[in-house]
Amino acid sequence: MSPRNLSLLRTFAPLLGIAVLAVVMLVVAPAVLSPFRLNSLGKYTCWAIAAVGIGLAWGRGGMLVLGQGVFFGLGGYAMAMHLKLEAAGPGNVPDFMVLYGDGTMPGFWEPFRSGPFTIFAILALPAAVATVIGWAIFKRRVKGAYFAILTQAMAVVFATLLVATIKETGGFNGLNQFTQFFGYNLYDPVNKQMVYSITVGLLLVCLLIVWQLYRSRFGELLVATRDAEERVRFLGHDPANIKLVAFVVAAMMASVGGAMFAPIAGIISPSDVDATASIFLIAGVALGGRALFLGPALGALTVGYGRTALSEAFPNQWTYFLGALFVVVILLLPRGVGDLPRLVRTTLDRRTSA
Amino acid sequence: MSTTTRSPDTRGLDYLEIRGLTVDFDGFKAVKDVDLTLLQGRLHFLIGPNGAGKTTLVDAVTGLVTGTGLASYGNQDLLTMKSHRIVRAGIGRTFQTATVFEELSVLQNLDIAGGVHRSAWSMLRARRGVPTYVEEALETIGLTALRDKPAGTLAHGQKQWLEIGMLLVQDAKVMLLDEPVAGMSAEEREQTGELLQRIGHDRTIVVIEHDMDFVRSFADVVTVMHAGAVLAEGSIAEIQADERVQEIYLGHQPDTAAETGSGSDADEETTVTGEGSHRA
Repeated sequence: MSPRNLSLLRTFAPLLGIAVLAVVMLVVAPAVLSPFRLNSLGKYTCWAIAAVGIGLAWGRGGMLVLGQGVFFGLGGYAMAMHLKLEAAGPGNVPDFMVLYGDGTMPGFWEPFRSGPFTIFAILALPAAVATVIGWAIFKRRVKGAYFAILTQAMAVVFATLLVATIKETGGFNGLNQFTQFFGYNLYDPVNKQMVYSITVGLLLVCLLIVWQLYRSRFGELLVATRDAEERVRFLGHDPANIKLVAFVVAAMMASVGGAMFAPIAGIISPSDVDATASIFLIAGVALGGRALFLGPALGALTVGYGRTALSEAFPNQWTYFLGALFVVVILLLPRGVGDLPRLVRTTLDRRTSA
Repeated sequence: MSTTTRSPDTRGLDYLEIRGLTVDFDGFKAVKDVDLTLLQGRLHFLIGPNGAGKTTLVDAVTGLVTGTGLASYGNQDLLTMKSHRIVRAGIGRTFQTATVFEELSVLQNLDIAGGVHRSAWSMLRARRGVPTYVEEALETIGLTALRDKPAGTLAHGQKQWLEIGMLLVQDAKVMLLDEPVAGMSAEEREQTGELLQRIGHDRTIVVIEHDMDFVRSFADVVTVMHAGAVLAEGSIAEIQADERVQEIYLGHQPDTAAETGSGSDADEETTVTGEGSHRA
C-alpha cells in the first residue's frame, strides 16, 4: 500500500469503527436482544457517552477526572426534573414533594417544565460549572494526584448534597417513576427503543466530535500539553485554556450521558452519581484504553455488561471479580486492552529483528 | 570596556533593554541589579561560572521567576507579563535540555509552534498541507529529510536544531538559547554556530554558553556574569584581556567576589569552564 493510502486509512479507520459500532448497536442489537437486555445496553451506552469525554480529558489531556459523576448527575437530574414534572402534569408538583414536604415546589424546578429549557440546561449547566471549577483549578496549576483528589471530592460533596435535600431532589431515593419522555409514553416498548436509539445516536455524535478534535491542531496541542505542559507555555499558549476546553467538553458529554440515563434506567439517584459511580466510569475507560479512539466507549460498554453479568451470576462477590480484572489490566496492560494489538506487534517485531 | 552598557544605537533596530534587574529568592539575590542592552543583528553571548545567574536572568525575562527592575521590549515591560504573553510579544527561549514533543513528527513539532498565529477556530480543523513558513524553517535548520520522523528518534543535536526551528516558526524576534551546543560534537557545534549567524540578521539572539571555543568562534558581544552581577561586557578580545574575568575563570579566590557580595557556591565550578581561558 502506498504511504498516501496508508495515511488515509489511518485517518479514516476511526470513522469505519464508528460505522461498525452504529450497525451493531442500531441494527443488530435491537434484532437479537430482548427489550430488557436492550434497555440494559442503553444504560451502558449512557456510561459510554461519559467515557468518551473521559478519554478526551484523561487519555489525551492527562487529567484524571475522578468526579465525572457530578456532571453525569447534573444532566441526569436536569432531565429527571423535566420528566418528573411531565409525569405530574401541568400545574402539579412532583409526588415526593407532597410526601416529604409541604407540597410547594422550589423555584428552580419551574423552568424545567419546558422541554427546550431542559435540553439547554443539560448542555449549559455542566459547561458553566466545569468552566468555573476548571478555571480555578488550572489557573492555579493544580495537576496530577491533587487534581484527581479534588474532582473526587467534588463527587462526594455533590452526592452528599443530594442526599441531604430530600424535599428538593428526592434525597437518597433520587427521582424515579417517569411516565413520559417529551410526550412519548415510556411504558410503550416502541418508545423505549426510540430512547435507546437516540442514546446510541448521541454516543456516535460524541465519537465524531472527539474524532475531529483528535485530528485537529487542538488535539495535537492537547497531547503536547499532557506530555510537556511547560514547553507548551513557551509556544505562546496558556496550558490552562487548552485543558479547560477538554475538561468542559468532557463535562458536557458526561451530562448528556446522565440525561439519557434517567429515562432509560427509570431512576437517577445519588448512588448513580457519587464517587463510586465516578470510579466505575473511569474503570471502563482504563480497561478499554484511555488514549485510544474507541477504547473508552468500548471499555465502558464492557464494564457495564460485566456489572450485569457478574452480579447475576455472583450476587455477592461480583465486585471482587471486577476489581481483580481492573488490577490485572492496569498491571499488565497499563494502556488498556485496546493496546494489545500494538503490544503483540512490537513483541513480534523484536522477535524477528533479534 | 566597562560594566555599564553603552546607550543603544537604535537606528531602526529592535532591542531588548534590561535595567536594574534583580531576582530575589527569599533573601538570596540570584541576579543583582543587572543592566543589559541586547541589540538586533548581534550574536550576544552570556557566559560565567555555574550559579552566576545566567539562566535565572533568562527565567526572569521570560516570566518563569519574578524579578524587579525593568525589561522592556517594544514598549512592553516583560517583568509584568505572563510567560505565554511574553512569547506572543516575540520573545522565545529554549531550555538546557531539549524538550521537543517526542511522539509528534518533526513537521508536527514545527507546525504546533505556529499555533500562536492561528485563530481559535482554525485550531479545530485538521492540518492540510504544510504552511510555507514551516517549510522554510525546516529548510533553515536542515531537517527537511527527516520531516516525518518522530522527534523522539532525532539525535541530540538535531533536537536542539528542531527547537531553534520552532522558535523560527513562532517568529520569535528575540531568541534566548540556554546552552544550545551542550553535548554536541565539534561538527554539530560548527553547524549550530553557522545556523545562528544565518538567522541572526533580523533577530536578537542571546546564547548562554560554557564552551569557550564556541564563544570565541561566533560571539559578537560577550557579557560575563559572576555572582548574579555583570562583571564585564565587550568583544571576545576585550573579555579575554580583562583581568577580573581571568581571575574567576582561573579559579583564584577572587577579590571581585568579595566586592560584589555573596556568591559562595558560584566559585566552586569555575574549573569546569576554565579550560578556554587557559588557552587564552
